[in-house]
Amino acid sequence: MPGTLRRTLSILDFALASLLRRKGRNAALLAVYTLVVFVTASLVFFTQAVKREAHQVLADAPGLVVQRTLAGRQDLVPLAWADWVRGLRGVRSVRPRWWGYYYDGAFGANFTVQASEEAALPAGSARIGAGAARILRVKEGDLITLRGHDNLPLLLTVQGILSSDSELVASDLLLLPKEDFQTLFGLPPDQATDLAVDVANPRELPTLAAKIAERYPEARPILHSEILRTYDAIFDWRGGLLVAVLMIAVLCFAIFAWDRAAGLSAEERREIGILKSIGWETSDVLLLKLLEGLAVSLTAFLTGCVLAYGHVFLFSAPLFEGALKGWSVLYPRYRLVPVVDGYQLSLLFLLAVVPYTAATLIPGWRAATVDPDAAMRS
Amino acid sequence: MIEVANVTKTYHAGRPNAYTAVDGVSLAVERGKLTVLKGPSGSGKTTLLSLVGCMARPSSGRIHLRGVRTAGLPVPEADGALEITSLPERFLTEIRRATFGFIFQHFNLIKGVSTLENVMLPAYPLGGDPAALRRRAGELLERFGLSRHAREPIDRLSGGEMQRVAIARALVNDPAVIIADEPTAHLDSHLSEAFMALMGTFKEGGRTLLIASHDPLVYDSPLVDATHELRDGRLCAKAPA
Repeated sequence: MPGTLRRTLSILDFALASLLRRKGRNAALLAVYTLVVFVTASLVFFTQAVKREAHQVLADAPGLVVQRTLAGRQDLVPLAWADWVRGLRGVRSVRPRWWGYYYDGAFGANFTVQASEEAALPAGSARIGAGAARILRVKEGDLITLRGHDNLPLLLTVQGILSSDSELVASDLLLLPKEDFQTLFGLPPDQATDLAVDVANPRELPTLAAKIAERYPEARPILHSEILRTYDAIFDWRGGLLVAVLMIAVLCFAIFAWDRAAGLSAEERREIGILKSIGWETSDVLLLKLLEGLAVSLTAFLTGCVLAYGHVFLFSAPLFEGALKGWSVLYPRYRLVPVVDGYQLSLLFLLAVVPYTAATLIPGWRAATVDPDAAMRS
Repeated sequence: MIEVANVTKTYHAGRPNAYTAVDGVSLAVERGKLTVLKGPSGSGKTTLLSLVGCMARPSSGRIHLRGVRTAGLPVPEADGALEITSLPERFLTEIRRATFGFIFQHFNLIKGVSTLENVMLPAYPLGGDPAALRRRAGELLERFGLSRHAREPIDRLSGGEMQRVAIARALVNDPAVIIADEPTAHLDSHLSEAFMALMGTFKEGGRTLLIASHDPLVYDSPLVDATHELRDGRLCAKAPA
């Protein structure tokens, strides 16, 4: 074993023994440090995993969605548009879609309602998301009542609960037959909410969008990539909100850690003097302080990250559920697929480990550069 | 072995609170002899020890060492003397840990750390074989009758035991010179005599000893070869022991 490594290991041995001597103080520091890393890492893991989930769910979404606007707001699309779009070169299919939102005052919940043209979903029936079933307290075979635009009740039999694979976007979904959807909202039969357009070559999408916008100036063509970008923005925004709250906690910790790391006690200064007087160089003392700082910050970082991984991917992030998941008052319950972004983790490492370690070095360096004869005078 | 030539040490030089702890002192410490610096508190004994032991640099004057291990150090002058007062810190540290073993008045042991680790501490930066170091430290503790305390935190030992640990620590790098500052200040007469007896064995082993003390049990000991008396930072008398 090279002498440098043996020297480092010996000093590391002493650094750990030094930390253990101040068990209470260092344990408190480690606990707070770990908590901050845990919350921050949970947020990073959670946001990344939710975005990935959304991307996967939207992978099957149409390449282009055509909406109509009226005075800048979304309006219904005439079905005649679908026929014209279908005639464009490169278009594989055009599918009118009917969807909207329904607020249930009794449960205080907002649902996404979508029409289905499947033959398997007969009139008077519905398939609903797991979150909706939970809120409405219904199961397969039960009846649900929705209040229509004309104030008349619409009775639907729950034919099934949607699978949890798509729970992120389907949790609050009510899937109705087209006729029931039109009855519920009083929609004219020759209009749809929007058009889903699929093309053979995705590279042609911008050209198609331009052609549609030219033919129908009030049309708003939305590309698949734009939908993904919107989802990213939503989850980044939600994550950002939480980060803003977290900043206060992080700031408090920074002050605490700085106070702990930057100020050496008289006892610590005396010990540095003793070490220098018995033959330690300034660089040896700095290595000792560096290893002490690294031992604390690395332990906090690794423990915090492992706990955050378990919190997010094994227990579905119960601490963030209210703030980050789902829409309105519905919070889908689902298990996220583990995904760890190396860049984000590296950034967290830099922010968590480097400042604290540096903060321990500065006072150590100050104390280590004085003459060791101070130890003889203590 | 050690030549101190017209050495002065002034703390806080140029400030209103400046004071001269050692003032124009010249003396020689011979190899293999026991030399004592005596004098009342504040006479400059500890400062002179720290200057000789490369813990601080004099404000003026020169200190020469002869017969020190020079691996990694500047080449000595033609007469074999190494002038240490102008050396950079890393060389001073190298000399300090290779040449000198220190026994401090308050022992200066690291609290909360085991007895064995306290003894091993001076050798950590050298990067030697940990097993060999542990063995050497264990042997020293055995020699001073402290083996049973090896794993205990140093705080649990008595004053006499702590001093023996401090002596063991001073010897762990096998130094040529032992420097002790008021070593008997916290010991009763019996332990002080035992300490001096131990110094006698070191002297017989060929080590050079430099002790600062105002304890008659030390400076009147028959083991002492030379005594230098300091008062107000100046050397006021030199008498053969």
